[in-house]
Amino acid sequence: MPVAVEIPKEKYNGKVREITIGATKEQGGTRAKTVTIGGESTMPFLQFEGAVPHPPVIAVEIQSRKPVDWSPVLMDAWKDVMDDPTAWAKAAEALGVDLILLKICATQADGSPNNIANAKKVVRDELNATGLPLLVFGPGQAELDNEFLVPVAEETKGERIVLGVCEDKNYRTLVAAAMANDHLVNSRTPMDVNLAKQLVILIHDMGLPLERIIMDPTTGALGYGIEYGYSVMERLRLAALQGDGMTQQPMLVTPGEEAWRVKEAKVGTDVPEMWGDWAERAIHWETITASALVETGANIVVMRHPEAIKRVKAQIAKLMEQ
Amino acid sequence: MALTGLQIYKLLPQTNCKECGFPTCLAFAMKLAAKQAELSACPYVSETSKQQLEAASQPPVRLITLSTDGRKADAGNEIVLFRHEKTFYHPAPLFVRLKDTDAPAALAASAKELDAFNVDYVGIKLHLDGLAIENASGDAAKFATAVEAVRGATNFPLILIAKDAAAFEAALGKMNGAVPLLYAAYASNVAALAALAKKFKAALAIKSDGNLETLANLAEQAKAAGVEDLVLDPGARGFLDTLTLATQIRRLAIKKNFRLLGYPIIAFPGEGVSSPDEEPVLAAQHIGKYAGFIVLDYFTPARAYALLVLRQNIYTDPQKPIQVQPGLYEINSPKPESPVLVTTNFSITYFSISNEVEGAGLPAWLLVADAEGMSVLTAWAAGKFDADRIAKAVKTTNVESKISKKRIVLPGAVAVLMGEVEESLAGWQVEVGPREAVDVPAYLKLKP
Repeated sequence: MPVAVEIPKEKYNGKVREITIGATKEQGGTRAKTVTIGGESTMPFLQFEGAVPHPPVIAVEIQSRKPVDWSPVLMDAWKDVMDDPTAWAKAAEALGVDLILLKICATQADGSPNNIANAKKVVRDELNATGLPLLVFGPGQAELDNEFLVPVAEETKGERIVLGVCEDKNYRTLVAAAMANDHLVNSRTPMDVNLAKQLVILIHDMGLPLERIIMDPTTGALGYGIEYGYSVMERLRLAALQGDGMTQQPMLVTPGEEAWRVKEAKVGTDVPEMWGDWAERAIHWETITASALVETGANIVVMRHPEAIKRVKAQIAKLMEQ
Repeated sequence: MALTGLQIYKLLPQTNCKECGFPTCLAFAMKLAAKQAELSACPYVSETSKQQLEAASQPPVRLITLSTDGRKADAGNEIVLFRHEKTFYHPAPLFVRLKDTDAPAALAASAKELDAFNVDYVGIKLHLDGLAIENASGDAAKFATAVEAVRGATNFPLILIAKDAAAFEAALGKMNGAVPLLYAAYASNVAALAALAKKFKAALAIKSDGNLETLANLAEQAKAAGVEDLVLDPGARGFLDTLTLATQIRRLAIKKNFRLLGYPIIAFPGEGVSSPDEEPVLAAQHIGKYAGFIVLDYFTPARAYALLVLRQNIYTDPQKPIQVQPGLYEINSPKPESPVLVTTNFSITYFSISNEVEGAGLPAWLLVADAEGMSVLTAWAAGKFDADRIAKAVKTTNVESKISKKRIVLPGAVAVLMGEVEESLAGWQVEVGPREAVDVPAYLKLKP
């Protein structure tokens, strides 16, 4: 007698919040298109039991000046465009990605300290150079972030940029700037379900609608703690689907920055022979860090190398096939 | 599905006869649930109860072991869908496929090369787990020769891939006691292959075309023919269909206790991608989402290294963080006058600090104290990172013999230890460094 198999489907009460980044001319901005993420009512890509209305998207990380500490493998991939953030953004857009993440550095190309006027100019030039929605992150030091990002938020009022990063010590100023100028924020906490939820609550309590908060649970690179971020993301997503409203924000992670910081990607000499070819290994390192996070529910992965971006883009396209 | 003590109690005689050695049936049931007692200790348990208890004690995903000369590749025995719920137990064995269209000498050389590949990851030696040999020639004699060549070159566990029973039989004759996996049985040949698997005590893979009912029916036929060690190929090859079917199979096994699909899955990521560089991406999905055996087609050291590390990470028990070996680590070829930085042996702590210092190009001695795998503050709070432990690390590593300047830098989070460390390490200059690893390069540049 043939065996019958009933496919087990999960029914969840909750779903991930839909968030739209960028604003077109009609919406008060200048973007050629907007990008909507979130909306899933099941675990990543399980379309047989729930909706996955929007694919995860890739944001390419570019910097306001040519980076001084990036791996030669990355310098070799982008070459001359790194001297000009607008050329870099155009090259990134040509990869067919959805978002550009501009990091405003603490210094300018000649090594002198960056200033507000220049920060505003770089962001304005970037908006003119690309039609993609932007994420703008500061140098990563609380005071400098506030110093640069508040005027940038004012300069770009209405563009629905994602400002980052908001951390527990440093969210008030950025959230106020986002509220006043119709932007979004990236809420970053160190690999912990409760901290992630708590910061979303704090930001929301200031009056920023949940439709403008992206959750960044932080990740480690492959081999350097990825499993912590991986499980925190799975737990956050399960909590969201089970109806916990303050965990239902789409998630952003930065596998590019994490992966390119580690020895496997950064260093080509004096490493074990068994590690294999340097450039090949480095690109796999970023690709696998990012691809594993896509499979655990990342809605935005911020990446660096064009070839790694290409591979993760192909992965996402195949996971979204009907 | 494991039963609770109370559920087991209901199946026991409930007479409290004490003959099992426990004061009450309930106490015995609790011990059974904790796997600290054997059911056979109860002389009065009914046959029906016995069967129910035995069925319930079987793992939802059967453990399949392939072996060659004592070297094993295990898959299965998994009990959760997400690693945070408990842990994933048997790291998916990674196999590499060779084909019998290559000459025996070349196959033996490839096998040896793959066997020699290994990488050190935080003190853990990572390596490949086996070889799949495919009868691509279609010639049974050639297949047997190829298998013999590989079998003679290494003790890698083996997967035999062929279409005809005759080819399998020829290759099985060269096994010399090894337990391989036969890949794969379909509706048309399941009877013949099950007979062979039974005769040679091999494991048998069954393959369907994307339909789980077909797969379950094959499993039933194979079991009826006396083969218990099965491996499932649901027939999917791409990203979405493998994710969907592997998730459904794991859920059926774990949540529904559906025994006919309670076996490890075998995956062939190379067959589902459009370029060799894409293979690791799909293989990475298989590692996280439920493959047992993974057969790779495009080995390079760089690809294998990344996948082995991912597998190690995903299969790490969330309750037992990866530790690094306590000891003295050299960063950027330190000189005798370079500073000694001290930290704990929690892997993330170690990596945070070593990456920052290494990335900044600063030479230093990194002294990793045995803090039982905890991070600095956690270990300090638990009494596992104190002046005694730091002094012990200084002593056991004999760092004093390597340096000219006795200068040790404590993590800023444990500034409170400074006085005690000064007492424990006479003659040392003790400093309190920054709280965060990211600030250490700036600190060292300021105080080289």
